[in-house]
Amino acid sequence: MASASACLEVRGDFPLLERGAAQPLVYLDSAATALKPKAVIAAMSHYYERATANVHRGSYPLAEEATEMYEEARARVAQLCNAPYEGTVFTRGTTEAINLVRLSWGRARIGAGDRVVVTEMEHHSNLLPWRALCEDSGAALDIMPVDSQGRLDMRDLLRLLDSERVKLVAVTHVSNVLGTINPVDSIVSACHKAGAACLIDGAQAVPHLPVDFTAISADFYVWSGHKALGPTGIGVLHADPSMLEEMPPLMLGGEMVQGVWPDRVEYKPPPWRFEAGTPPIAEAIGLGAAAEYLLSLGLGRVQAHDAVLTEHALARLQRMGGITTFGPAIADDRTGVVSFRLDGLHPHDLADLLGRRGICVRAGHHCAEPLSDRIGGPTTRMSFGPYTTTSDVDLCIDGLIEARDHFRSLTAL
Amino acid sequence: MEDPLYKDLIIEHFRDPRNRGHLECPDRSAHVKSPTCGDELRVTMCLEEDRITEIRFDGEGCAISQASASIASDAYIGMSAQAILELHEDWVTQLLGGPVSRSRRPCASLHLMAVRQALRH
Repeated sequence: MASASACLEVRGDFPLLERGAAQPLVYLDSAATALKPKAVIAAMSHYYERATANVHRGSYPLAEEATEMYEEARARVAQLCNAPYEGTVFTRGTTEAINLVRLSWGRARIGAGDRVVVTEMEHHSNLLPWRALCEDSGAALDIMPVDSQGRLDMRDLLRLLDSERVKLVAVTHVSNVLGTINPVDSIVSACHKAGAACLIDGAQAVPHLPVDFTAISADFYVWSGHKALGPTGIGVLHADPSMLEEMPPLMLGGEMVQGVWPDRVEYKPPPWRFEAGTPPIAEAIGLGAAAEYLLSLGLGRVQAHDAVLTEHALARLQRMGGITTFGPAIADDRTGVVSFRLDGLHPHDLADLLGRRGICVRAGHHCAEPLSDRIGGPTTRMSFGPYTTTSDVDLCIDGLIEARDHFRSLTAL
Repeated sequence: MEDPLYKDLIIEHFRDPRNRGHLECPDRSAHVKSPTCGDELRVTMCLEEDRITEIRFDGEGCAISQASASIASDAYIGMSAQAILELHEDWVTQLLGGPVSRSRRPCASLHLMAVRQALRH
């Protein structure tokens, strides 16, 4: 049982929560994008107001300062996930990171007759790139099912890995709909025993629990800045530098070359060879500040905070009746994501009615249609951040009871 | 909970939808999904000299998508394919008698997407 004293008290760090004096903002859509702490906004403003220059180009002090800040951000981001500095590539987001792996590594390594494994709980960003790769290469795509508790069964993976032709397993660390925390250590270890590579989509994990890339030892670990309290337009690909060394760059252009001759080109070593053109400098600096902020909170404490909120939300929802909740029954097996369906009120109507009261929740299939089909259609989702309180959860649940009763009274024959 | 969108017209049609179901021998049909919330709508229709003579909608989804289809269904009868393809998107909100937020417009206009898809095939 999680203790309420485990809750963080950091609302003052998030300026957006000051919005709306008449109607307080109840932000429960952190799985879509998280709010940004002052430290992130300040770091980005500092770059624009005091330290603007391109990186890795000029030799004047201002340019050196910008380069220093950009690379320092990479170091903080690497530290957050215990990943090697040279194995930390800045991308535009999780989606771009996955597509980079598809186009650079996948196209060279996966061919006709090979197999790629994904799961039924993948976000479209970790499904569609692999479906396309299989269509392009003549490989086959296997989809691991989820059970009634919204979990994967390792026996399904082991059975699929029996085929020597599995070259890649792409799986999410945490489900964006169910909140399920997948056993990524066991998954990666099973993949490696079978000679398959493993990509972990950490978009919903990095902001919620301690992630140790080196311990997980996945071949690729990808995540997004904006879900981890950082800015939009930046994400991360972690991989072993020796793995990156063997991969051709995807985008070609400025910044990523060591030298260009009339008849040949020599690329920079990773990670820089994958960062062609002027990178999102302010966004990288902002993400570095987000990493520092999360490190100062401590991801263990963030996870405990999520557990209190999740347990509270599940207990109240399940007491209501006329409601179905999804995902593991044990709060410790999931992060701060609670999806549910109310009898008699469609998720989109509910989200709209709550939105008019300043309560922000997401409705629909959450960019995970195969999973949505598996659990019977669209759901309403509340998802938490370090700034969420049990009072936010209560306001949302009071609001949904009122919305349901109101809607029932309107539609009663 | 005062709500301008969930007002009498929407609720009335949500509770008691017109032209609901499907036609046995339709001249045209389509099945569409809303990209925002996964609402589904199926349309079947009969045509005579390029004009809709009968139409039925069927599907699962939010009150706005399902009621909007019902509200529009009578208006479609007698319209030519060309006229429907030329309709302005505002037509949908005019039928509802009020503004529709950006996030609900795909729900409110799902029936038009379905009808146009059916007419193109």
